Amino acid sequence: MTSFRIDGGTSINRDDVRQFSFNGEKLSGFGGDTVASALLANGKQLVGRSFKYHRPRGILTAGAAEPNALLTIGRDGRRDPNTRATMAELFDGLEARSQNCWPNVDFDIGAVNGVLGPILGAGFYYKTFMWPAAFWEKVYEPIIRKAAGLGRASYDPDPGYYEKCWAHCDLLVIGAGAAGLAAALTAGRAGARVIIADEGAQLGGGMRAERSMIDGKPADIFLGDVMGELISLPNVDIKSRTTIFANYDDGVFGGVERVQKHLPEAEINPNRAMERLWRIVAKHTILATGAEERPIVFGGNDRPGVMMAGAMRTYLNAYGVAPGKRVALFANNDQAYDTARDLEERGIEIAAIIDPRTCPDVGYHGSARHIAGAVVRDTAGRKGLKSITVRHDDGRDEVIAVDALAISGGYSPIVHLACHRGARPVWSDDHAGFMPPMDADGLTPVGAVSGVRGIVACFNAGANAACDALVGLGISARPALIGADVAGDHVNDPEAAGAQDTLPVWSVPSARGKAFVDFQNDVTASDINLAMREGYDHVELAKRYTTNGMATDQGKTSNVNAIGILAENKGVSPGDIGTTTFRPFYTPVSFGALVGASKGFEFQPVRKSPLHGWAARNGAKFVETGLWYRSSWFPKGGETFWRDSVDREVLNVRTNVGICDVSTLGKIEIFGADAAEFLNRVYCNAFLKLPVGKARYGLMLREDGFIYDDGTTSCLAENHYFMTTTTALAAGVLTHLEFCAQVLWPELDVRLASATDQWAQMAVAGPKARATLAKIIDDDLGNEAFPFLAAREVSLFGGKLRGRLFRISFSGELAYEIAVPAGYGSCVADAIMEAGKEFDIAPYGTEALGVMRIEKGHVTHAEINGTVTPADLGMGRMVSAKKDDFIGRVMNKREGLLDAARPLLVGIKPKSPSDRFATGSHILNVGADVRLENDQGYVTSTCHSPNLGHTIGLALIKGGPERYGEEVVIWNGLAGTHVTGVICNPAFVDPENEKLHA
Amino acid sequence: MSVLGKLENGAVSRSGHNSERTDMRYSALSLLGNAFSKNKKWTPAWRNPDPKPHYDVIIIGGGGHGLATAYYLSKVFGVRNVAVLERGYLGSGNIGRNTTIIRSNYLLQGNNPFYEFSMKLWEGLEQDFNFNAMVSQRGVVNLYHSDAQRDAYVRRGNAMRLHRVDADLVGRDQLRDMLPFLDYENARFPIMGGLMQKRGGTVRHDAVAWGFARGADQNGVDIIQNCEVTAIEREGDQVTGVQTTRGPITCGKLAMAVAGHSSHVARMVDMRLPIESHALQAFVSEGLKPFIDTVVTFGAGHFYVSQSDKGGLVFGGDIEGYNSYAQRGNLACVEHVAEAGMAMIPALSRVRILRSWGGIMDMSMDGSPIMDKTYLGNLYFNGGWCYGGFKATPASGYCFAHLLATDTPHETATEFRMDRFERGYLLDEKGVGAQANLH
Amino acid sequence: MSSLVKCPHCGLRPREEFTIRGEVPSPRPASDAPANAWFDHVYLRDNPRGEHREYWHHAGGCRRWLVLSRNTITHDISAVVDASTLKAGTKS
Repeated sequence: MTSFRIDGGTSINRDDVRQFSFNGEKLSGFGGDTVASALLANGKQLVGRSFKYHRPRGILTAGAAEPNALLTIGRDGRRDPNTRATMAELFDGLEARSQNCWPNVDFDIGAVNGVLGPILGAGFYYKTFMWPAAFWEKVYEPIIRKAAGLGRASYDPDPGYYEKCWAHCDLLVIGAGAAGLAAALTAGRAGARVIIADEGAQLGGGMRAERSMIDGKPADIFLGDVMGELISLPNVDIKSRTTIFANYDDGVFGGVERVQKHLPEAEINPNRAMERLWRIVAKHTILATGAEERPIVFGGNDRPGVMMAGAMRTYLNAYGVAPGKRVALFANNDQAYDTARDLEERGIEIAAIIDPRTCPDVGYHGSARHIAGAVVRDTAGRKGLKSITVRHDDGRDEVIAVDALAISGGYSPIVHLACHRGARPVWSDDHAGFMPPMDADGLTPVGAVSGVRGIVACFNAGANAACDALVGLGISARPALIGADVAGDHVNDPEAAGAQDTLPVWSVPSARGKAFVDFQNDVTASDINLAMREGYDHVELAKRYTTNGMATDQGKTSNVNAIGILAENKGVSPGDIGTTTFRPFYTPVSFGALVGASKGFEFQPVRKSPLHGWAARNGAKFVETGLWYRSSWFPKGGETFWRDSVDREVLNVRTNVGICDVSTLGKIEIFGADAAEFLNRVYCNAFLKLPVGKARYGLMLREDGFIYDDGTTSCLAENHYFMTTTTALAAGVLTHLEFCAQVLWPELDVRLASATDQWAQMAVAGPKARATLAKIIDDDLGNEAFPFLAAREVSLFGGKLRGRLFRISFSGELAYEIAVPAGYGSCVADAIMEAGKEFDIAPYGTEALGVMRIEKGHVTHAEINGTVTPADLGMGRMVSAKKDDFIGRVMNKREGLLDAARPLLVGIKPKSPSDRFATGSHILNVGADVRLENDQGYVTSTCHSPNLGHTIGLALIKGGPERYGEEVVIWNGLAGTHVTGVICNPAFVDPENEKLHA
Repeated sequence: MSVLGKLENGAVSRSGHNSERTDMRYSALSLLGNAFSKNKKWTPAWRNPDPKPHYDVIIIGGGGHGLATAYYLSKVFGVRNVAVLERGYLGSGNIGRNTTIIRSNYLLQGNNPFYEFSMKLWEGLEQDFNFNAMVSQRGVVNLYHSDAQRDAYVRRGNAMRLHRVDADLVGRDQLRDMLPFLDYENARFPIMGGLMQKRGGTVRHDAVAWGFARGADQNGVDIIQNCEVTAIEREGDQVTGVQTTRGPITCGKLAMAVAGHSSHVARMVDMRLPIESHALQAFVSEGLKPFIDTVVTFGAGHFYVSQSDKGGLVFGGDIEGYNSYAQRGNLACVEHVAEAGMAMIPALSRVRILRSWGGIMDMSMDGSPIMDKTYLGNLYFNGGWCYGGFKATPASGYCFAHLLATDTPHETATEFRMDRFERGYLLDEKGVGAQANLH
Repeated sequence: MSSLVKCPHCGLRPREEFTIRGEVPSPRPASDAPANAWFDHVYLRDNPRGEHREYWHHAGGCRRWLVLSRNTITHDISAVVDASTLKAGTKS
């Protein structure tokens, strides 16, 4: 293997030799190399295959726009597919592999697609594969999918740590080239808070490719000095390896910092982020992102060895890599001649300079042959460039042997971040490119992105733009005078007389063979022409039909050429065609970075009841309920099947006593002189006259008349109420109440406070509940003193603790809920367990609670599903007819909510006790066809009732209670079962509520 | 001759206008034939006509629903003097900026038959309009993570089965075989199973617009791009035509199919709607070797994903929550979607998101669409699709065409009435009530 | 707007601290108002392209309901006030 490494290189450190592998082959490079520069130095021109035709492809660019050189880097959980070799820093031990080729990059079976090229034109798949209909999924699509995609995602867990941060600044400078550095230095010296971000590992941008002396120093020394000063300024934050990928509303930018992606595995600190997501809030932004050099569209322009002229210069000067032994340049602009000059100075043979412009005076005084008024129409070489075919202005073709070709079709300002919020770029004939929009508020494009050329001009523009921006922020600054003296940066001074405009060549008319516009998606000039011919002539339609610009590079090198071709064909200016929409992200961003630490078990926070530890000590099995973990059952010795435990817990409550953690219920303290009036308006039933010491069940409607939530509210003192909500809607109800209090009735004196986490609350239920609690509560719990729905503060343990006691019951048993300050929950629960020992107290979980509430016909959100009214649940009479106003009063009376055909709450049981049925089963009349039109309703809740010894359920069924006793079919088509059921009263146990009042 | 002289690559129409009718049939044979003539004989997929002074029916909106309406009007109901007015390019609305999912796994009787009708139309669509839209019935799996979610899916699956729509409850073990890349081990909300509709899947979204446009055009419909309606003409309570950026046009009937811009167009006749417009972002990742073969939706966060035939993961989440006509979202929402995605599929960690885009959703106040006559004579409304409009495209077109042609709703669309909010016959699949951004 | 909101009580805060209810509708009618006034209040929306007022709740902050005046095309916020100062969602 010949080495293409030559002298020099501002970015590499030759003392730092790094070993890496490419498709299994061991190679070496230097610290500071990118994978691309190291591959080129090792003579690797062919690095990948294209998407559709599997054409051999080499490295086209030296930056973020790279369409070809996408490699898979790393292995297992650290495998990064689709990594641009031009952006990946070389580290010791790096493993890189080509993608989209089989069996290998040198010999790829998929290349047969190239032969079929004429058939596989733009949109060909829209016109065929339609017959027979079933073949698409079964035959055609699997074949297409087999060939689809680029790299492979790893199934292994990513061991990397990721994090997210906010940053705030006065001035955000995006891009650390000449303009950006001058801006940052200017603002930094003025004391402004500055963030300067650059996607590269080293600052300097295009300057690293310069061989000129800046302020009397070589570029790397000069940059080192500037860096040194920036680092010394505490108000300047330098973020290298940080891509600002999106511009959001309010001056908020998304950035991703590749903190440790450039390190070998052994050097990665597991406690540091691999990548860090930045959300940067900037008062003003300097956009100094530079310009992207455009390829030229001609036959075989994708052959390995064809490279952007600027990229070639970068590899030469920054990395000390020669692009070939004998090089040609095909360019339509003056700047590209810098590459010719530098190649020549490094002793690399230049076979020819081909310039389609007819006036050859571009200030180039080198010795290379200069062919004016000509184009390259074709290239040759199977896996690497061997020759080019030049068409002279007299129509004559000439084949010139070369092994590398530099191309330059002009420059496209990198306007993305100026356009993410909807503004459109503006075409400029002068610059032959789309310029950033001027109306982007708070964002100043400066330097090459705004058409400025030359290092000196960029330094000045950057410094002045920073001054202007800071004036707007009330900070006075003086332009940092750096880089005033630059010797020989351009062959032709862009400001000098005789400098020529770029002559756009959107596609070479005489191109032979495939002339690529979008390299990665294999879109050719003929494809764009075909799209036009077929009516897809709008720039968006042409994009969507041909897929031009839709690859991982998002058309950075292809979009403007495609627009130019459309414009030329229509005989209009590219400005009349316009661009497609610039959208985030500028370059792709990993899920890992966007997710940060919120992954795996940490996806969402965990809420634990104050009684969680107590439940765990008692052997609870927990279940996720929203963010909560709730104790669902408490297996005892020998119980392996959950139902064994649940049945025992239920029977124990019904015969003895049980204790259940209900701390997760929402709890809201309500204070104020108008608290009663407020409650009266938010509940559909009356609350105005709830006496002190009493609880009441409340039904809360939405304004549209359907039930929102239910719960009990107790009057603890005059102007002090305590509301409980369901667990699921604790936050929702509070928000709703705040809306009512602040927006609807701000004139009411009412204050709300969430107390959900302040109280540990336990239900103690069962015939022995009173006897149990009496042992720890000092107050009289007798029926007289503490009847059903009593609610008041009580004293515990001989006055050692105050708690709140509510005589309410979800289970239907004699029951209390005792609330104590959260920190005391666990010991109070222990005390209750101890007190109830003689009565065989046992903890019960949400499963047993669910069984008992179904046995009693009590509803939960299984029934209150947002589409039911109080009347649907048999609670129509609770809706006050007397109250003047409450939420939902009017809409509750709409005809659709009163319709006799609405399903109503009933109980349902199997005709044969041995039959079981599931929640979600639908109800059909006996003998009715299985059709949606015959649907009578559905089962909302089911359980096995250990008291009755069979399945019971609640259901919403048309006709409702009128149909008690009627047999119906409980149909579960999903399970393939149906059983005969009997509609019944939903109160399966103790319908007269005798136990409740015991 | 200059090297940059006249293009040799083939003559292309230089003018933006052409009125030649095209009815070239697409087939493998036509591809082959055209390949021999270097693809230079393909004709435009649709004409680019100037508006006529009058049409029997004008459809405002050249998106999926508008084009489908024109297609079925002309094909099934014989109404051919039809114009579709599109202010941008055809298919520039939500038809080209969605996550391409089709399914008919609806719960309510008012919705389920309609979406199933749509599914049946999808199943024969490509042969019908001779355009391969890559209808791919690769299956849709909705994951569940709790008993309550499972019960809700059982109810829904049974509602589907009652209407002979395929639905299957898939257990955790079966899911592991089908979708080995989901997080079964370390999840905050462990996956218990899923409801699967095998006939659900994806369709290449743009191609739907193009297929309907081409088919409608072949039936004589004028599709007029770059033609924005600026006013609606009335005589008393009757609508008579529109003013456009390309001049006035009169019509027998005026049909609105403008999705997120419904309120804006309705305001031209002082009509207010039970609709808010909200931005929804969608995303695509870099191309990857296919590993997600079905559509999967997460049950413990808002996230749905499929993998395209090009290899990109196409996914989305929830709307931004605030009214917007800006077709863009913010970073908080992006992060939220990514978090839900990785909670479901840990392998996404090093997958890179390539692009986000935004559409404007016509979020109705009960989450279901409206397709009805309005209180103005000759004015018909189709909107409120929330973010479920794509899958509805063919049936929406068919049923709206039915309504326009016969003045009666199609049998599967009888409940999409404008007055259902007033009367209380809501179609609230989620049960969240009258708040647009919750649907 | 939609990345940062200047809460009148808490200052500039990120969007994710807020929950959004939607457009400020016509005022909540009197209880004896005709049904169509209620229909309008509960269901009908202006949903304008341009200047718009909507309810935001600073759920992760002061827990006050705010009314934002916001442009739905540019997302620019022109005013944020505590909703209670506007009494009952009356339209300006």
